[in-house]
Amino acid sequence: MKRFATLSSITMPLDRANIDTDAIIPKQFLKSIKRSGFGPNLFDEWRYLDHGEVGMDNSKRPINPDFVLNNPKYKGAQILLTRRNFGCGSSREHAPWALEDFGFRAIIAPSFADIFYNNCFKNGILPIVLSSEIVDALFGYQGEIVINLEEQTVKTEENIYNFEVDAERKRRLINGLDDIGLTLQYEDQIRSFEAEYFKKYPWL
Amino acid sequence: MAQTLYDKLMGAHVVREQDGATLIYIDRQLIHEVTSPQAFEGLTMSGRKPWRNKANLAVPDHNVPTTERSNGVSSISDPISRLQVETLDKNCETFEINEIQMNDIRQGIVHVIGPEQGATLPGMTIVCGDSHTTTHGALGALAFGIGTSEVEHVLATGCLWQSKAKNLKIEVNGNLGKHISAKDIALYVIGEIGTAGATGYAIEFCGTAIENMSIEGRMTLCNMSIEAGAKVGMVAVDEKTIEYVKGRPFTPTGENWDLAVAYWETLHSDEGAHFDETILIDASLVKPQVTWGTSPEMVVDINGSTPDPEKEVDPVKAESIRNALNYIHLKPNTSMSSVAIDKVFIGSCTNSRIEDLRSAAAVAKGKKIANNVKLALVVPGSGLVKQQAEAEGLDQIFTDAGFEWREPGCSMCLAMNADRLEIGERCASTSNRNFEGRQGQGSFTHLVSPAIAAASAIAGHISGV
Repeated sequence: MKRFATLSSITMPLDRANIDTDAIIPKQFLKSIKRSGFGPNLFDEWRYLDHGEVGMDNSKRPINPDFVLNNPKYKGAQILLTRRNFGCGSSREHAPWALEDFGFRAIIAPSFADIFYNNCFKNGILPIVLSSEIVDALFGYQGEIVINLEEQTVKTEENIYNFEVDAERKRRLINGLDDIGLTLQYEDQIRSFEAEYFKKYPWL
Repeated sequence: MAQTLYDKLMGAHVVREQDGATLIYIDRQLIHEVTSPQAFEGLTMSGRKPWRNKANLAVPDHNVPTTERSNGVSSISDPISRLQVETLDKNCETFEINEIQMNDIRQGIVHVIGPEQGATLPGMTIVCGDSHTTTHGALGALAFGIGTSEVEHVLATGCLWQSKAKNLKIEVNGNLGKHISAKDIALYVIGEIGTAGATGYAIEFCGTAIENMSIEGRMTLCNMSIEAGAKVGMVAVDEKTIEYVKGRPFTPTGENWDLAVAYWETLHSDEGAHFDETILIDASLVKPQVTWGTSPEMVVDINGSTPDPEKEVDPVKAESIRNALNYIHLKPNTSMSSVAIDKVFIGSCTNSRIEDLRSAAAVAKGKKIANNVKLALVVPGSGLVKQQAEAEGLDQIFTDAGFEWREPGCSMCLAMNADRLEIGERCASTSNRNFEGRQGQGSFTHLVSPAIAAASAIAGHISGV
């Protein structure tokens, strides 16, 4: 997994609440058996004017000029700024895969849906919860933002905002640690738990 | 100390705790074709094997056709969908995982077949790469959806890292009115608390209306918990739970059954257990529900109307209402019962069990679908549900009324297979999500109960029974 230390970038302002994972990556792209290549279809139904299908040449599709992802002003933004309950709905990890593939490394919102929030950490994306008031202020801010995970801060030219993140998730993201490898360090502990467990619940 | 059901279930599975994260043991992983290929690929690339094969049960459901498919996987006309189902078959063979294949009579939607097969048991921790895994909480299990990285993690280690959720009690008391179902309660609750209302919480549903509710109704309710943002939705074990579980293929027998029942009977919140939040619902006030917008929280009584964004004081909410009405092509203050529909979908992990089909058939019996309804689909949740329905003659009632009677699968809930809405089509659907494009790009979904879906098919517009 990619490490996350600091990130300096402008933000992509996506001013909508309750954006669901069906909107982030529509279902037809879930038929892929791969983990990569979802970026061109991120927000497909909002981003293009035609109906997207797997295998299309996305560079030839008509784009929706009113959608913020297509605004040249925000090109190269690695931070997505959005509203409450981002990532609700389906558990599809294709959503963070698409965001990461497009180039986002951090998302700032007043709240996230639980499964999506969790999935971000598995893919080197830092989801940051800031209050609605701060998010409002950031929507009005045009410059570059600096995110520092170690310090747990988001800095603009004028302000520094602190954010919360679980210690264990932070450690893994900063060090780019592989969850499975870490868990298997405790293999003996899992085995001994299991032995006791099946004695107690023999029907399982 | 008095414990909640959630606390008990978490407590029984703790392998290790560190820095606020808890490693819990997973009893059952359900697997389907959409969210598993990358997990199996990860295992292959790292040379790992499943920790405990017996913990896993796989079934293809999202991509399977609901039309004639006696030729097996080759009946799937879309080559990309076909490859995904073939990949599941191949992975299950390679990793020696128990799979119910597409043409097996037991095949169906993963959240229907888990309980049906007894693969879902009270007290279990159950995960699946699918958000509607909350369904299984109806049997007093701790069940939740996970992403593909976690599917791989559970395959490789038998465990999962979790942080503890808070406890939310939703107590539903009183009697449900005629033709009011668990689906209406679910939508009503989501309308009250919003789609993020239970984020960070484990919901336990209780109260007299839940005690009186069938296990299948409880599944519908727990299924929709995720639409309120909850980690899990659960109901305590009672006699109905134990009666439901008894005699199913994966259910223990003999001495193990007795041991299991003795344990299962402890699976309820203790008297005086602490809940971080409690919500009280008077079931007698709940009317049939219908969604008007593009989020399950955008819901009204069936005799209600679409909202007026000009009357909303919160600017973010007003903008959401405007966006939703604009998308779904309805004006503010439109009476829902005046909204004409093009298609009807009865199915999904929310509402495709035998009781759902009985409820819809009771309404459709002896009637005909309206001329303006182009397609009314009934998609049973599993081959066994289909078989049962046919034994009861429900298929005949549906086909006589003009409905199509299909093979089991996820179908038009998310339209990954060929069952979908076309641009501009409007559907009364018993599924769980009315998001933009969910049932087909540019299509409009109104979530309802099976009885309301059937009544709407006959009326040609959103309609009560």
